[in-house]
Amino acid sequence: MLEQLQKSFQKVIDRFQGGRLREEDVREGMREVRRALLAADVHVTVAKEFTDKVAARLLSAERLQGVSGAQQVMAAFHQELVALMRSDQAPLPKHPRHPMVLLLAGLQGAGKTTTAAKLGLRLERRENRKVLLAACDLQRPGAVDQLRALGDRLGLDVHAEEPGPGVDPVGVARRALERARDQRYDALIVDSAGRLHVDDALMDEIQEVAAAVTPDASYLVLDAMTGQDAVESARAFAARLDLYALVLTKMDGDARGGAALSALQVTGRPIAFLGVGEKPEDLEEFDAERVAGRILDLGDVVGLVEKAQEALAEEEAALDYEKMLSGRLTMQDLLDQFRMMKRMGSVKKVFGMLPGMGRMSGLLEQVDDHRFRRMEAIILSMTPAERLHPEILDARRRRRIARGAGVDVADVNRLYKSFQEMKRQMKAMRKMMTGGRSKKRLLRDLKRSGQLPNLPGYPSN
Amino acid sequence: MVFARLRHGLGRTRNRIAHALRRLGGDQSTEETLETLEEILYTADVGPLSERLLEEAEAELKSGALAHPRELPAWLEQRLAAAVRGPEDGRPLPPAEHRPTVTLVVGVNGSGKTTSVAKLVHWLQGQGRSVLVAAGDTFRAAAVEQLGVWCERAGVPMVRGAEGADPAAVAHDAAQAAKARGVDDLVVDTAGRLHTQKNLMAELEKVSRILGRQVEGAPHHVLLVLDATTGQNALQQARRFLESVPVTGAFLTKLDGTAKGGATLAVGEELGIPVLFVGVGEGLEDLEVFDPAEFAAALLAPRNEPAET
Ligand SMILES: Nc1nc2c(ncn2[C@@H]2O[C@H](COP(=O)(O)OP(=O)(O)OP(=O)(O)O)[C@@H](O)[C@H]2O)c(=O)[nH]1
Ligand SMILES: Nc1nc2c(ncn2[C@@H]2O[C@H](COP(=O)(O)OP(=O)(O)O)[C@@H](O)[C@H]2O)c(=O)[nH]1
Ligand SMILES: [Mg+2]
Ligand SMILES: [Mg+2]
Repeated sequence: MLEQLQKSFQKVIDRFQGGRLREEDVREGMREVRRALLAADVHVTVAKEFTDKVAARLLSAERLQGVSGAQQVMAAFHQELVALMRSDQAPLPKHPRHPMVLLLAGLQGAGKTTTAAKLGLRLERRENRKVLLAACDLQRPGAVDQLRALGDRLGLDVHAEEPGPGVDPVGVARRALERARDQRYDALIVDSAGRLHVDDALMDEIQEVAAAVTPDASYLVLDAMTGQDAVESARAFAARLDLYALVLTKMDGDARGGAALSALQVTGRPIAFLGVGEKPEDLEEFDAERVAGRILDLGDVVGLVEKAQEALAEEEAALDYEKMLSGRLTMQDLLDQFRMMKRMGSVKKVFGMLPGMGRMSGLLEQVDDHRFRRMEAIILSMTPAERLHPEILDARRRRRIARGAGVDVADVNRLYKSFQEMKRQMKAMRKMMTGGRSKKRLLRDLKRSGQLPNLPGYPSN
Repeated sequence: MVFARLRHGLGRTRNRIAHALRRLGGDQSTEETLETLEEILYTADVGPLSERLLEEAEAELKSGALAHPRELPAWLEQRLAAAVRGPEDGRPLPPAEHRPTVTLVVGVNGSGKTTSVAKLVHWLQGQGRSVLVAAGDTFRAAAVEQLGVWCERAGVPMVRGAEGADPAAVAHDAAQAAKARGVDDLVVDTAGRLHTQKNLMAELEKVSRILGRQVEGAPHHVLLVLDATTGQNALQQARRFLESVPVTGAFLTKLDGTAKGGATLAVGEELGIPVLFVGVGEGLEDLEVFDPAEFAAALLAPRNEPAET
């Protein structure tokens, strides 16, 4: 037992010597990440905003062992990217009206028509809904035939009108909706012509189509190979349509798909589906982990860091000892420590079993709610700088803190003194643990230095 | 020229960079000038190549070849123009020694191949050449109908196969027909395919091979259609298509939007593929012969700049 405990002490102490992430680790990792994002076609501004924001948060993170600081930083970016791209919105609207209306919009060649067929197939096969496709691309030669042919092949009904004078997309969409209502379809999927976001007339038109059918969900279809321009087009479409989500097509290729992040950022809408092939079955639900991984392309690094993190998780309990034993104790650590002690009976037990540590476990017993709350209040009244650098606590600061916590200055002084004592004690203990002494000697030393710090409001024996 | 429209903004870019310089004031501005240029290059999809270009720019300044950062934009414009070639002598698709001259049009899904075929046909006709078209996309729904509409509009015959037929067979028949009719040019449309799909790339190789068996030296021209809105994947596309078929030039489509097509620079710089045409709209007439200088100028022009008041 003791041996085991000592081993784990040793481990965390080793790890602790890594300390916190250094600024240059963060900078280096950030540079790598930014390069990766740009190579993946994420928009310059989007990439910069993202890396800046995350970097700020990383500066105070603890250093992992077994990987370089920069690697750890990269992996953290990966996790943040996953979190950013993940959404709990269902890919299809949860409470649509009847019939449910879906509208597909996007640039030329993005994959709208193919996606219309894919969605239709999915709704019929998986959700058993009767689907009508509306052919509202009257622009591109053969577009109506394309949708009709897809419908025939899949056994989906298509509302199509021969392009000609007097037939416009808004009219076709409106009549398709009427038909869907009359003939009791469950869903209407409206395919539209590809259009450039700078073409005002066509952007007006798509807005009118949307107004005519009031979609339950409008999807922006985006080619995964798109470059920086994704920001421009996505922003323009989002300004004209109340977008529900994005569909990212041609993910079966080798494009990194950074445009998805750009579009997601400027529209504030999540990605719902991925197109992964030309066939109607080739539609998948969006998977943030996979797409973020593809954009950053740091697979090896992420795996490595994950392993280091797993090792860390295994040492979860040990992590708490580490803080107790480190000479670098701060008020924040003290606060965390006692909060943790309060939660963890296990620590109590472990310490109780350790000969010579009886006093310590006695101390733990004393961390009762009332006293704990008072101590917590004092630390909480400190500014972050004071918590991390308690040495700056001069008389004026102590008065302010006492006032804030609703205690006497004497209480603050007591806490400070205990803190200093505890710090010294912990340092001594750490030295013993790391000094390569024999088990016997260690126990003797432990006993000798058994004096435990006084905490405010605790009898000092 | 539609480039005129794009070029329109150029004066303003120079102003913008000049403005940035002025704001920075004098000689300490190199770094910020480079930063401005870096942002312009990246937003134009020039990608990692930007780094190299900027390093070169810095070296020019250091060596004294450029006296002042103010000269950077003009230098960069020339450098960009040098990265990607246009058609030799400004004349794309020169006729082969013997008729028919065969042009094969390839590219990834949705890049604009079929529309570009239509534009090419129209352009060739404008050069006084007679054209036959092969509907080589037997895969995508109604691809043949789409091309059929264009051929009707342009008034050229089209050879087609059944849906799902072997595109090599269509190419074979079309080559036969072109010889029999004695047309000047045969233009072959193909199905969109991602360069990562081995079997489809093999299919393309076969089409090319069959054309060569029917007509000596065919395909004389292989045009890779690249979408200007595409980012860094364009280079990957070009590499892989070049491995399968002898790509002789690129057709850069959708330049009528806000995308600058900067990824083409890496294609030119690394693979030496010239750009022959650009597409600037969805109509038959919306084609222009590529001009590197104008392309470079447009690339450095700001997008979405509000009209000057
Ligand atoms: N704005 C604009 N649109 C274009 C241009 N070239 C093609 N398009 C449009 O892009 C879409 C795709 O064009 P297609 O010619 O069908 O492309 P493709 O490469 O043959 O497509 P697949 O055969 O399906 O792979 C159509 O809507 C065209 O009208 C262009 O230069 N500018
Ligand atoms: N490989 C691949 N091709 C796709 C995907 N989605 C669409 N396409 C192809 O991209 C091209 C343009 O698609 P289409 O649906 O006609 O685009 P639209 O112009 O937006 O309607 C066609 O050749 C489709 O087969 C996809 O997810 N993967
Ligand atoms: Mg379509
Ligand atoms: Mg086509």
